[in-house]
Amino acid sequence: MFSVSEFLISVGIITALTAILAIILVVADAFIANYGECKISINGKKDLTVKGGRSLLLTLMDEEIFIPSACGGRGSCGLCKVKVASGAGQYLPTELPWISKEEQAENVRLSCQLKVKTDMSITIPEELFSVRRFKTKVESIKDLTHDIKEVRFRLQQPDSIEYKAGQFVQIQVPEYKLSSEQVFRAYSMSSVPSDTGVIELEIRLVPEGICTTWVHQFLKEGEEVTINGPYGDFYLRDTERDIICIAGGSGNAPIKSILLDMAEKGNPRKVSYFYGARTKADLVLPDEMAAIEEKLPNYKYIPVLSQPVEDDNWEGETGWVTDAVTKFMKDGDNTEAYLCGSPGMIDACVKVLTEKGVPEELIFYDKFA
Amino acid sequence: MSFTPVAIFFGAIFTGNILLSNYLGMCSFLSVSKEIKTSTGLGAAVIFVMAVTTMLNWIVYHYLLIPFHLEYLRFIVFIVVIAAFVQLVEMIIERVSEGLYAALGIFLPLITVNCAILGVSLFMVIRSYTLAESFFFGLGSGVGWFLAIIAMAGIRKKMVGAKIPKGLEGPGITLIIAGMMALAFMGFSGMINIS
Repeated sequence: MFSVSEFLISVGIITALTAILAIILVVADAFIANYGECKISINGKKDLTVKGGRSLLLTLMDEEIFIPSACGGRGSCGLCKVKVASGAGQYLPTELPWISKEEQAENVRLSCQLKVKTDMSITIPEELFSVRRFKTKVESIKDLTHDIKEVRFRLQQPDSIEYKAGQFVQIQVPEYKLSSEQVFRAYSMSSVPSDTGVIELEIRLVPEGICTTWVHQFLKEGEEVTINGPYGDFYLRDTERDIICIAGGSGNAPIKSILLDMAEKGNPRKVSYFYGARTKADLVLPDEMAAIEEKLPNYKYIPVLSQPVEDDNWEGETGWVTDAVTKFMKDGDNTEAYLCGSPGMIDACVKVLTEKGVPEELIFYDKFA
Repeated sequence: MSFTPVAIFFGAIFTGNILLSNYLGMCSFLSVSKEIKTSTGLGAAVIFVMAVTTMLNWIVYHYLLIPFHLEYLRFIVFIVVIAAFVQLVEMIIERVSEGLYAALGIFLPLITVNCAILGVSLFMVIRSYTLAESFFFGLGSGVGWFLAIIAMAGIRKKMVGAKIPKGLEGPGITLIIAGMMALAFMGFSGMINIS
């Protein structure tokens, strides 16, 4: 028989053991992992005094300097690169997969893996100083398809944002059922830059996805959300070339922003937009995207369905989006391309486009894994 | 039957290799065995953590759990001790040696929940080892795991140019190789049997 005293003893012993281990770790954390105050000098202009011991990415974030990162610091996207002239020490095995030999020669580091332990001097692109943290309120949430929602955030503090059409922001997802810590996830803006008081995103539900589940099932209109941005070099280049845009899923967002921006500015360049989906019901804003044809004279919208169902009565293009590109595109020499979608789609499109003669350095894309 | 610590040490490396005869510690074995350099780092971390945690757990088991008849709690207690120890060691390594941290420390969080490490602590209880025997058992198991992952990394390096059927690429072929390695290690099993 299991008596009460035995039960209490076992609880007591286990509690005592774990408490002792916890105390040892807390004490060790306070003494061994305490790196005191460190100075970070940025671009030789700005000096920060910070508490050492955390990753460079998070440390800078606390100082309101936001290095772009799609994975939120897990070392799995390789975006948060920063040039560190001094104070970094040697490369960690977790950085090396993302850093090329040339970058190593320039001391490029992955800021989410690198910890601040001594005084450092770093170089970041000037435009990152313009990245801000915005307090926003959810203005509206709308279903675009069965798994994509359009969420509009009204900016509160600061109340306006300046960005280039096609760039992305990061949403801060608080702790909730699926995630025990706050995480950041990157989404392209679908709003027009001239509408400075609003950030609009198109978010597709990924099963078990931390951010997408939160947005789809927990986020309500009127709630406050913190967003930082803008980031990224996915925006329209100022050239005379023809433009081809290809997207799938929620990859419609940055393209929509770019097209609406072009329409507002009366841009005369030739644009074709291929959008791949499974059925008619999966098309994101088909009417709105087609209606841009009226405002943008040289623009053509070509939706492509891979598995149209009978009810769709589909008379447009079928097959993979790359099939339609092959069919419609003649010569790629005078073309530049903007792609947004799954890594698989992007790889296939890059292949087709380069075969058509589009120079590889003029194919721009955001890969969302 | 009793063994000297030395016999246990060699037995744990060859005849009762924790990875190849018990198939424990597979996840990191499969995912980190792509390069010899990283495998060496991880393997060294495993040797160190196994040897020390087996001793720590022996002390906790014999001086805390047995006197209070709490043997049934050993699973949870062992894993807590291992996790705390690994965290502490990581902090110390990060502080004292940057080179060691880059080579070894970075792998420590990976092996906190490595089942081979818990497995060694549990086998030590089942097989009623003394403190010295436990230390050598942990050390030997670590060395055995180290050898197995280095061998696997070497084989995978040679396989880079090999034509492998599409469906078997990655973990598939790695598991098959692990199976063949296990067969080869079985050849040692007649020499000393510690299980």
